[in-house]
Amino acid sequence: DDKLLTEPLSHPDFFNVKELFSLKDLFDARVHLGHKKGCRHRFMEPYIFGCRLDQDIIDLDQTMQHLQLALNFTAHVAYRKGIILFISRKRQFCHLIETMARECGEYAHTRYWQGGLLTNAHIQFGSGVRLPDLIVFLSSLNNVFESHVAIRDAAKMNIPTVGVVDTNCNPCLITYPIPGNDDSPSAMELYCKLFRMTIIRAKDKRRQSEVFDELR
Amino acid sequence: EIQWGEDGRPFHFLFYTGKQSYYSLMHETYEKLLNAQKYQDQLIAQDLPPQKNKRNLAGSRWLTKIELEEMLLEKLTDNDYSRFILLLEKLMTLPCGDMEEKYVQKFSKEVPVQLQKVVIEPLKYDERGVAFSTAEGGRKTARATAVVYDNGTGKITVNGIDILHYFPVLQDREQLLFPFQFLDRVGKHDMVCTVSGGGRSAQAGAIRLASAKALRSFVTEKEVEFMRQAGLLTPDPRVKERKKPGQEGARRKFTWKKR
Repeated sequence: DDKLLTEPLSHPDFFNVKELFSLKDLFDARVHLGHKKGCRHRFMEPYIFGCRLDQDIIDLDQTMQHLQLALNFTAHVAYRKGIILFISRKRQFCHLIETMARECGEYAHTRYWQGGLLTNAHIQFGSGVRLPDLIVFLSSLNNVFESHVAIRDAAKMNIPTVGVVDTNCNPCLITYPIPGNDDSPSAMELYCKLFRMTIIRAKDKRRQSEVFDELR
Repeated sequence: EIQWGEDGRPFHFLFYTGKQSYYSLMHETYEKLLNAQKYQDQLIAQDLPPQKNKRNLAGSRWLTKIELEEMLLEKLTDNDYSRFILLLEKLMTLPCGDMEEKYVQKFSKEVPVQLQKVVIEPLKYDERGVAFSTAEGGRKTARATAVVYDNGTGKITVNGIDILHYFPVLQDREQLLFPFQFLDRVGKHDMVCTVSGGGRSAQAGAIRLASAKALRSFVTEKEVEFMRQAGLLTPDPRVKERKKPGQEGARRKFTWKKR
């Protein structure tokens, strides 16, 4: 049992997430497109490649590295049977994200965030609730273009976060930020596809390892 | 009720939103909407004419907020409820298949159409073969019943007394004759009425309403509509207003004194 849990941690890329995406895929899905120069957040400057005709272009090499780390982390969390919660406050992609969460067997919250969901969980839900072990932000802003409250709440409750940060977002409190576009439908579909494949892969691997253990 | 399993994982994928059944309902309805839009796109691509839905708009209503709360076993806000109804309305506007129709019917209820069409009574015939009709009318506290006979000379009897003696004032007699004058049948009908309650003017108004109602059986539907628009068939709703404490009458206040 111990070996099941410690063995994946010794490899840098146990689940081989690098093969799921390539730079060309990111470029075709328009992940490199950011907002205009005026919307730029100060802390996003290291992740920006340059500015063309006032529109910021995100550095896809850095995005590749961050994406690989983030997907590797989610795969490990899913392998250890953790609860993953997808959050996005973009109305266009709400349905897509909810279907994706349902197919993975994980959870989604694309609606209005009530204040004490994480911090006041024992009173809101009941006494024996289990909080999510990982929160994935597919768009880290809410409808008023401010940072989503869940980023701060997750930091308070010691829950690691993975988030797609656009050029107008604050990447500070997110443990594994992924600089990238969160407004185009093609980019969102790509992210959904990647997360779905990693989680399913991790869960299948876990089931296989358990079967092997039982056979021995 | 516990909504998570032994390992702690919740059963429903929208558990962490708080209102899981309401949001899953919104999710399903939105999915139906997307399917309907795809279906419409297919129809347009095949150049078929747009189908028009045959739904009885008058006979159905949406579920109320309380009924929806009972269905979902969750509390809802007014905002949530109105959003859901707007989604359903949007779904209604698109051409749907059978599946979506059945889904929408779960959230609509039939309203029994209240047809209160006024039935005009047929004429009755007495022993001499003369057609007559009876009707009732009221005004303030007065109640009257009128029997209008055909082939008459224009004689009107009230409580066994001729109208000249019962209503000395010209205004009351004019009120009685108004329905006949409107239909140009002044000398053609006889009338026998009984009236009780009220005062002089109220009794006149009551008999006028009763006679107009009785005359409906003698007359075509168009003329009935004319009578209705003239206000002959509407009972006057005005009654004496109650006196309130602190005032001298219903509206009159006590004399205001500056000091």
